Amino acid sequence: MTDLQDRPAAVLGSRLLRREDPALLTGEAKYTNDLNVPGALHLVVVRSPYAHARITSVDVSAALDVPGVVAAYSGADLATVWAAPMPCAWPVTADMKNPAHYPLAVGKAAYVGDGVACVLATSDTAARDAAELIDVQYEPLEAVVDLEDALSDRVVIHDDLGTNKSYQWDLKIEGEPGQVDAAFAAAAYTVSERYVQQRLIPVAMEPRAVCAVPQPFGGDITMYSSTQVPHILKVMSALTLGIPEHQLRVVCPSVGGGFGSKLNVYAEELLCLALARKHGVPVRWNETRSENHVATIQGRGQIQHIELAADADGKLTAVRVRLLADMGAYLQLVTPGIPLLGAFLYAGVYDLPLAYDFSCTSVFTTLTPTDAYRGAGRPEATYAIERAMDALADTMGIDPMELRQRNFIRKEQFPYTAMTGLVYDSGDHEAAASKAAELADYAGVRARQAAQNVPGAKKVVGIGQASYFEMCGLAPSRVLASLNYSAGGWEAATVRVLPTNKIQVVTGTAPHGQGHETSWSMIVAEKLGVSPDDVDVLHSDTAIAPLGLDTYGSRSLPVGGVAIAMACDKVIDKAKKIAAHQLEADEADLEFAAGTFSVKGTPDRSLPLAAIAFEAFTAHNLPDGMEPNLEAHTTYDPPNFSWPFGTHICTVEVDTETGHVEVLQYVAVDDCGVQVNPLIVEGQVHGGVIQGLAQALFEEAVYDSDGNLKSGTLAEYLVPAASDVPSLTLGHTVTPSPTNQLGVKGIGEAGTIGAAPAVINAIVDALSHLGVRDMPMPASPHTVWNAINAAQHTTNGASK
Amino acid sequence: MAPILVHDGRAIGGTPIRKGGSLVKIRVTVNGTVHENEVEPRTLLVHYVREALGLTGTNIGCDTSSCGACSLHLNGEAVKSCTVLAVQADGCEVTTIEGMAQGGEMHPMQKAFMENHGLQCGYCTPGMVMAATSLLKENPNPTEEEVRIGLEGNLCRCTGYHNIVKSVLACAAGD
Repeated sequence: MTDLQDRPAAVLGSRLLRREDPALLTGEAKYTNDLNVPGALHLVVVRSPYAHARITSVDVSAALDVPGVVAAYSGADLATVWAAPMPCAWPVTADMKNPAHYPLAVGKAAYVGDGVACVLATSDTAARDAAELIDVQYEPLEAVVDLEDALSDRVVIHDDLGTNKSYQWDLKIEGEPGQVDAAFAAAAYTVSERYVQQRLIPVAMEPRAVCAVPQPFGGDITMYSSTQVPHILKVMSALTLGIPEHQLRVVCPSVGGGFGSKLNVYAEELLCLALARKHGVPVRWNETRSENHVATIQGRGQIQHIELAADADGKLTAVRVRLLADMGAYLQLVTPGIPLLGAFLYAGVYDLPLAYDFSCTSVFTTLTPTDAYRGAGRPEATYAIERAMDALADTMGIDPMELRQRNFIRKEQFPYTAMTGLVYDSGDHEAAASKAAELADYAGVRARQAAQNVPGAKKVVGIGQASYFEMCGLAPSRVLASLNYSAGGWEAATVRVLPTNKIQVVTGTAPHGQGHETSWSMIVAEKLGVSPDDVDVLHSDTAIAPLGLDTYGSRSLPVGGVAIAMACDKVIDKAKKIAAHQLEADEADLEFAAGTFSVKGTPDRSLPLAAIAFEAFTAHNLPDGMEPNLEAHTTYDPPNFSWPFGTHICTVEVDTETGHVEVLQYVAVDDCGVQVNPLIVEGQVHGGVIQGLAQALFEEAVYDSDGNLKSGTLAEYLVPAASDVPSLTLGHTVTPSPTNQLGVKGIGEAGTIGAAPAVINAIVDALSHLGVRDMPMPASPHTVWNAINAAQHTTNGASK
Repeated sequence: MAPILVHDGRAIGGTPIRKGGSLVKIRVTVNGTVHENEVEPRTLLVHYVREALGLTGTNIGCDTSSCGACSLHLNGEAVKSCTVLAVQADGCEVTTIEGMAQGGEMHPMQKAFMENHGLQCGYCTPGMVMAATSLLKENPNPTEEEVRIGLEGNLCRCTGYHNIVKSVLACAAGD
């Protein structure tokens, strides 16, 4: 039995070390590609070298001659295997165009990396050797790389659609008809800005891997996959292949990061399933990094036009946004919804009247499909409003911090019903901003800047800010319904007290680095008064955790964690009935603290949960009619999104001769409500900030005009190393969420959302005295140098 | 990738030897145990330890020797095992992540990573630990900048490196 005296005074909020770590640190942990599966055939996919081409013939015969090769298939060979095309779960409008998309292309390849054939062999080597012998004949067609060119329909990619436009989605909110136009007409100040969200490659360190293991005589099949979404994958795979859902089991071994890129249903998962069933043996596939760059979804890919109208004090009076979003060649699982996740956030953290005009047009290109990447729509929106706020401050000639202070939704306005109708449940932007300003020594940097940024200075200083709200914790199911999302946003949990008072928790979340086992054990320990060590957390196997909606959108804690707390409450309710029965007391007279029920006022009349657990197991003396055992299940549908917020401030020094940017300090003050484990919260912020900073400074999926990916390996795509990035200064404020019993909010994406605009604002701020008003991402030395020189030429030209 | 051949002349997974493949016998001490295997000359050390020896703690994260996930110790020094042929390890001592803990106790660097939350998904972690221990062997008291530069061959996507650097500095300080 647990000695309750050993339990830390307060589990929730402590910096408990992660229970996940020993296995990961010693090499014991198994990722999908580490599984030893005897007799498995290795799948290799042959991919189109053309961005856009008709497939005129596929000849697999030479591949079949390679020793060890079992089979090879073209897309046409497998066309009858599929019960349905690959799934897109987010038809955002009724008339959205969605081209049929199959695991192997038939007739036409639509991006470099599109699968056109595959080979199965007894070894990975034989499969790779054979794949090179498959003869695919193509008739190359013109690539469509540029979004505005795509919209012109000069070259139509999907013949049957007749257009490259997938959808247009509008959100216009006006208190009075014509209010937006009127606000712009009456504005004392306006800005009109164009920003490009470059395509990003998510680069989870573990490339994707799949292994499908059939039981030929029972018809059941188990798929091991490096995925974030075992439950969604199970349903969608069953539908795509026509497998009875109850015969498919999805298991995630250790998963080496996701960042949204493993929130999908991929061709290779479906191919492994289909071929394992067809051949009656296990089929496995592991992705190479170069494949990952073209065959796993990419993030961002938007052109943003944002216009702000403000009165003489700089108070915002209207916001107008026009987005052009790159879907890539096909719609993957949630591709069309990504830009719309930002649709509600283009007014940022500011008190905007009912004058908002948002429109998103989405187009197909002959590039790798886009989809969710850390933040998914919200970093893009925050970037646009936070850059535009700096542009407005520049236009007005006031400090950007001052402009933000004038526009913040104030603390006393929460809960705040935004012009979009969403309710921001809590917030305190003034506190987060002032704390960040203090940590960053905002006034000191401004003083240094005044002294240092003189004409002719080689090195100049800049400071940039970004304040954000994140709409996360996806999500209230009815809100998702209003956005045409095909699933709900609930999460499931089971809490089971075993006879010896050890606890099993079954969660529908699917961690891939977030430390859920540790955090969920802390929630249960706090609720039930046990040690976290006595709590086992089961997850990521649809046979063990059959219900769940997985891990993405910073949802796991505010939805899945809260579900666990609610299941604990149900366990306590039942245990209380047993305690009352055994103590011959009235339930109302019992209190539960530190794992023990006691009669109020007579603490010697008490019964620990451990004793009740055993009673529930033996069932020798339970109240009449009560079922044995002590367990409870909850499915929790959150009443609102989770609204973490914060302010990030970045200080940079820019070398005006080389364009090199050095981050001198990065301060992140985030508020995710109550922190279950600050150690894990900080880790999430660290990683998120560096991913956002990497968008600002380093990363871009670069395509040539023929649609070839020029950053096709990690040698060309600049994932920053330790030496490229700074240490971070973190602060936090705590504004508990009023919508859940734990007071928690999501934190997985916050860092990424704040970082890119803070860094670019700092760079532009450093160079503003040279006439630089904007800076494309990534702000490489070359790009910065060009911007400085272009501004100087403009300035010189103007002075002539 | 090359098939990895073991003593009985069959590759892992039961693949027969490909005709014409000239096999080379190697003898490598891995984590203190001597292993004798026949390998194709093109076999990379990372594939040898993962597939022939089943030591899957050494991960593969790229195909351009950029990420460092496959770092291990060759004669006491960290190498990216995708840049070394198995035949080059003939007669050498190799330590993989599985060989770092001794007597049920994690290596001080492993402990430091755990205590400082220096890992999240864990995929880069074995390589990071191997690179970091090698770094401290060369430079027992590095500055933060020296740690950052010393680890620049190892990529991590989760931690932003903040706590990795902290872990290595803590290990150096004996905390």
